[in-house]
Amino acid sequence: MIGPVAQILESWNYLVVIALMMGGLFIVISQNNLVKKLVGLAIFQTSVFIFYISVGKMAGGTAPILTDGPETLYSNPLPHVLILTAIVVGVATTALGLALVLRIHAAFGSIEDDEVLAMKAEAAEPRARRGGDMGDAV
Amino acid sequence: MSLAQIIANLPALVVAIPLLLSPVAAMIPVAGLAWMLAVIGSGAAFLCALLLQGAVTGGESFSYFLGSWPPPWGIEFVVDAPSAFTVLVMSGLAFVTTLFARTALLAEIAEADAGKAYAAWLLACGGLSGLVMTGDVFNLFVFLEISALSSVILIALGAGRDRRALIAGYNYLVIGAVGATLYVIGVGFIYAVTGSLNMADLAGRIPEVPQTTVVMVGFGFMMAGILVKAAIFPVHVWLPAAYAFAPSAVSSLLAAIATKAALYVMARIIFDIFAGMPDMTGFALQFVLVPLALGGIFVGTILAIYENDIKKLLAFSSVAQIGYIALAFGVSTTAGIAAGFIHIGNHAMIKGGLFVAVSAYAVLLGRRINLTQMTGLGRRMPITTTAFLICGLSLVGLPLTAGFISKLYLVRALLEAEMIIILGLVLASSALSVAYLWKIVEVLWKPAADHAPVREAPALYLPLWILAIGNLWFGVAPAPLVDAAMRAAMQLTGGM
Repeated sequence: MIGPVAQILESWNYLVVIALMMGGLFIVISQNNLVKKLVGLAIFQTSVFIFYISVGKMAGGTAPILTDGPETLYSNPLPHVLILTAIVVGVATTALGLALVLRIHAAFGSIEDDEVLAMKAEAAEPRARRGGDMGDAV
Repeated sequence: MSLAQIIANLPALVVAIPLLLSPVAAMIPVAGLAWMLAVIGSGAAFLCALLLQGAVTGGESFSYFLGSWPPPWGIEFVVDAPSAFTVLVMSGLAFVTTLFARTALLAEIAEADAGKAYAAWLLACGGLSGLVMTGDVFNLFVFLEISALSSVILIALGAGRDRRALIAGYNYLVIGAVGATLYVIGVGFIYAVTGSLNMADLAGRIPEVPQTTVVMVGFGFMMAGILVKAAIFPVHVWLPAAYAFAPSAVSSLLAAIATKAALYVMARIIFDIFAGMPDMTGFALQFVLVPLALGGIFVGTILAIYENDIKKLLAFSSVAQIGYIALAFGVSTTAGIAAGFIHIGNHAMIKGGLFVAVSAYAVLLGRRINLTQMTGLGRRMPITTTAFLICGLSLVGLPLTAGFISKLYLVRALLEAEMIIILGLVLASSALSVAYLWKIVEVLWKPAADHAPVREAPALYLPLWILAIGNLWFGVAPAPLVDAAMRAAMQLTGGM
């Protein structure tokens, strides 16, 4: 017999995933700082990685290696492999995002979304002339 | 190698050639050579796509097993009527825009960056083609990100001219990554209940899954992710800034092909992978996709009417046109899906042509252009402007242009499905779109205050007129395009 508490305990991995996912997405939406947005994005993506990996895990299962025992219980390796790929994609996304933030800082002198948006209104100047005020905002 | 062997390897080549040439282009310091490489890459991909289209005209389909692993274990590339059609449209437009990229791109970015720019360009082309060819839902995510990251780089290259391109690129990166991650969540749910990632295999397994709630959640997440990528209203917010601040050459490439791949994927998901659950997809189409498409049509058109920046105006118009394609898919009959595919092809030509013409103006005016700066350009650059006008009339849907054929088939599909109210809305929005075109035309032929000598840009004539003539050609003789789109639609609905 599974009570509600036991049910929650049994699926705690999903609860962790949901908490991380919503937290990450909230940071992406609510944060004003462009770097913090990327942090939120990374958390959001990581929650999905955990989701895949925990789905593939069998309680008491081992690594999927062929043995003599006919009834070895093993975890499904495919989700793990998929997530390796997804991690690579995530790293590339974060790296490109951070590189863009660097360029935004060099061009605008700020990495706060609202300040940068306020500056949009003025005429765009070439990047080189504004290189001097780097370091103010960080 | 015999012809049969070459054809058997074509599905991989159409994706692999641009991807493999990309790092080579990055290492070439000479802008001209890197451009030649990009032309060779996109041209070869176009040739492959033509041969593929030829191979499926009889209605057959075949697939390519990557690494010779048979599906459902390995990844397969599927060539059937819908994918061959879409990849042909995309690689054709990619080739034409690459042809003119040399002049237009160098006008806006530093020559030293050109090699890397073409590397990102080829990556985007290869990634988008991969998106269409792949028969594996997780592999699709990888191609989604390849094309998104390279598009972000291309958009941010506009920073040399206007620093706001960096913000546009950043926003596209974040919104796109959230969209792609939503898609992956959906794939995770589907994998958890079916144990498969192969599209054809999934289509067979999904109807037998007892946990229909999980399937619905997975479908919802996958669709949400793809809606972001296809820039369907209201998640289109990344698109106008991205198109407006990117270098003009990049705008033409992205406007012509980027959202088309995502729209194709949407059709695949609804009509192929989840074909076995018609109640669920029918509900999603009727109560989600069609209203959103109509919203996009009207919001895009109205914003375009009030916009003064020409590139942003065209981008808003793209939001509306994407709405028409989504609406056509939303009708979900064979005629509707065919209308969607027809407009995928036609809109690629229309928007590609319009943005190439705007690039020609931008090369001469040397900055982002608002409408007042275009005053009198029609008299000073008649050859460019005539082509612009042809594409513009096609956008509105004047008879004898390709856009008319799109509208005709959409209207016919709506009539057939007896969606009369929606039909009325479509006609009303078409009338509205005349307003923003007229706004441009009026400015172009107004006598200019100053008669500063403006040279035409002959290097851009060839690609521009290829697209303009394409718009006329497929308006007068639409049979090849319509037949291919019909075959694609029939193949998708055949399984239902």
